[in-house]
Amino acid sequence: MDITLPILILAIPIAMFLILGIGGVVMPRKVAGVLGILGMGTCAVLAYTVAFTYFFSGAPEFIIDGVRQQFQVFDVTWLAFTDKLVVKLGFLLDPISAMMLIVITTISFFVHLYSWGYMEHEPGFQRYYAFLSLFSFSMLGLVVATNIFQMYIFWELVGVSSYLLIGFFYKLPSAVSASKKAFIVTRFADLGFLIGILLLSYYTDTFNFQILTSNPELVMAECGGATFMGASVMTWAMVLIFMGGMGKSAMMPLHIWLPDAMEGPTPVSALIHAATMVVAGVYLVARMFPCYCQVPASMDFVGVVGAITAFYAAVVACCQVDIKRVLAFSTISQIAFMMVSLAVARDYIPVGEHWHAPGLGYMASMFHLFTHAMFKALLFLGAGCLIHAVHSNDYTAMGGLRKYMPITHWTFLIGCLAIAGIPPFSGFFSKDEMLAAMYQNSFFWGAWMSMVAGLTAFYMFRLYYLIFWWEENPHYKEHKPHDGPWQMSLPLIILALVSCVAGFIPFGEFVTYNGEPYHIHLEAAVALTSVAIALIAIALATWLYMKKNDKPAKMRAALPTLWEAAHRRFYWDEIYQFITHKIIFGIICQSIAWFDRHVIDATMDGFAKITQKGSLAIRGMQNGHIQAYVAWYFFGAVALAAVVWLCII
Amino acid sequence: MDISILWYLVPSVILFICGVYGFLTRKNMIAMLISLELMLNSADLNFVIFNRYLFPGSMEGMMFTLFAIAIAAAETAIAIALIINIYRAIGNTNVTDIKEMKF
Repeated sequence: MDITLPILILAIPIAMFLILGIGGVVMPRKVAGVLGILGMGTCAVLAYTVAFTYFFSGAPEFIIDGVRQQFQVFDVTWLAFTDKLVVKLGFLLDPISAMMLIVITTISFFVHLYSWGYMEHEPGFQRYYAFLSLFSFSMLGLVVATNIFQMYIFWELVGVSSYLLIGFFYKLPSAVSASKKAFIVTRFADLGFLIGILLLSYYTDTFNFQILTSNPELVMAECGGATFMGASVMTWAMVLIFMGGMGKSAMMPLHIWLPDAMEGPTPVSALIHAATMVVAGVYLVARMFPCYCQVPASMDFVGVVGAITAFYAAVVACCQVDIKRVLAFSTISQIAFMMVSLAVARDYIPVGEHWHAPGLGYMASMFHLFTHAMFKALLFLGAGCLIHAVHSNDYTAMGGLRKYMPITHWTFLIGCLAIAGIPPFSGFFSKDEMLAAMYQNSFFWGAWMSMVAGLTAFYMFRLYYLIFWWEENPHYKEHKPHDGPWQMSLPLIILALVSCVAGFIPFGEFVTYNGEPYHIHLEAAVALTSVAIALIAIALATWLYMKKNDKPAKMRAALPTLWEAAHRRFYWDEIYQFITHKIIFGIICQSIAWFDRHVIDATMDGFAKITQKGSLAIRGMQNGHIQAYVAWYFFGAVALAAVVWLCII
Repeated sequence: MDISILWYLVPSVILFICGVYGFLTRKNMIAMLISLELMLNSADLNFVIFNRYLFPGSMEGMMFTLFAIAIAAAETAIAIALIINIYRAIGNTNVTDIKEMKF
């Protein structure tokens, strides 16, 4: 494959970042917006070309005997520290990276377009587009990374772009603290990631994904029997690498930054904190999947973290008032769903029935990543329209909006149906595959995640009814809400259409863990159960929230503690506050500070004090009488001469 | 009669001691400056003497003396300028009256 297109895919966004970032101050808004949109549009067209070439051209470098191959378009040495420690930058094409190219450029393009309408009157419009381009560049670089170190570099770059965009409204203290929180929490997680990378590459002598994943048994053998604190080094490495994924993908207990990240502009939430960056953790596990399969303990860890997070986030989402927070927790829950799906896709599970291909969960997880990116971006962009219309993030300021904002209403409804898993919308197909994979692993996983899926349907329709039904807010009389301009409506409509049809993509033909095609067929029992659960949950939400009534208030009054706990996200922020402020700052740091002040500083102060005392004692000799100095000097010289003379004879 | 190096060095030392004595005892800064010049002349003299007796064939010591005299003239000019400014500031040139520059 020619390397021009892949290079351009990366070069266009970074060039846009530089052009808009440096020239933005002298550029009219319209020029900056059009440049950004055109740049991303071109990039999207190129990415589609590359992905379609990869999937459909049938060239021997991409597919051999029906098995899709990993193909490095280029891989250049960037830093060579020693013979072994070489950092390369390259472009890896394989099923998941080609799929991610499509997801990222599509969502990014729509977000660019949408932002033109949404951010129209905001100061710093050009800066905003520059940051969006930087993010797109970093995310594209992350998914096409040929080696884990390149991934780490771009991993940090997306972290930085996320930080810049969350703190875009830098005059709001809440936005500033949210951006700092996001950066510090993910950075803390990335510390684990880096240690994991170093551990792994120390034992395997390579960063390259192809080498690591094509022969994971060898990787295991290289690590040998080295153990640390009761677990093998490989386990530690994989768990630590996953820790980076936990930070970016907001898994418990490192999820605390994502709800606060909603302080950023809503299109940014759609792009970064729903569709692309937060799935980087899932992508990482998928990328290293063969290695994870070699270490069952680390896969168990992924699964348990995912299952707990999915349930926790779903419960919290039921009790949030801010619509973006509901969507944020929904994102956390869905990403955790993907994690569990990956975790149950292990090779070593005994293959039972004819359709139980190993790695089903892998395919399902990637499928859900794809469909989730589309419908969650749709939901966030819809939420952006609502916020644009009523100037508030809380559903208490909304209600009865279906008559005022028909486009938003219908697209939002499609998004809700998709995430709830109602056929024929896309979420149904991907979620069904995931649940099938979980039931295949064990009934417990399946039942647990079915419950989460039910909760998902419930809180999404709670949100939907509270926004669009319930009762009309009296404020509409003074300020009539309406749909956004075409730049905002068009992405909604297209993403809604995608969410309607994406489920029919024969995804298994394109993306599987080993490159062999997999024919998706619906498992009737799982599909019917999950649809039934979703319908019951939707019915419950309809009964509770469609018309204004006092049932929700009564429920809340019946369980005030639980409601308050869920509303306050089970006090995770308070726990973190307690740990950081009371324990780390209060006890550990203060004792260290005491040691610093009273031992280290005191020693230095002691030197200074002795010197000062001494100088005070003898400073009377410098009395300002020039002739006294000369006398001292003269007699000193004579004494010195005498000493020298005595030494000589 | 053979004139040894001592015949030259002794006057030089006497000149130097006079300078030191004057510098330490006189209160007038002009007088101190003159004493300083005496010491300098003594050093110049030593240059010439040692050149003449130790390296009779060469002229470096003489040349250094010429340089030193020129530099001494420049230095004296600066010293005089300082003394005039001090005189303008405090009304006399008594060295015991300028003892502010300490600590």
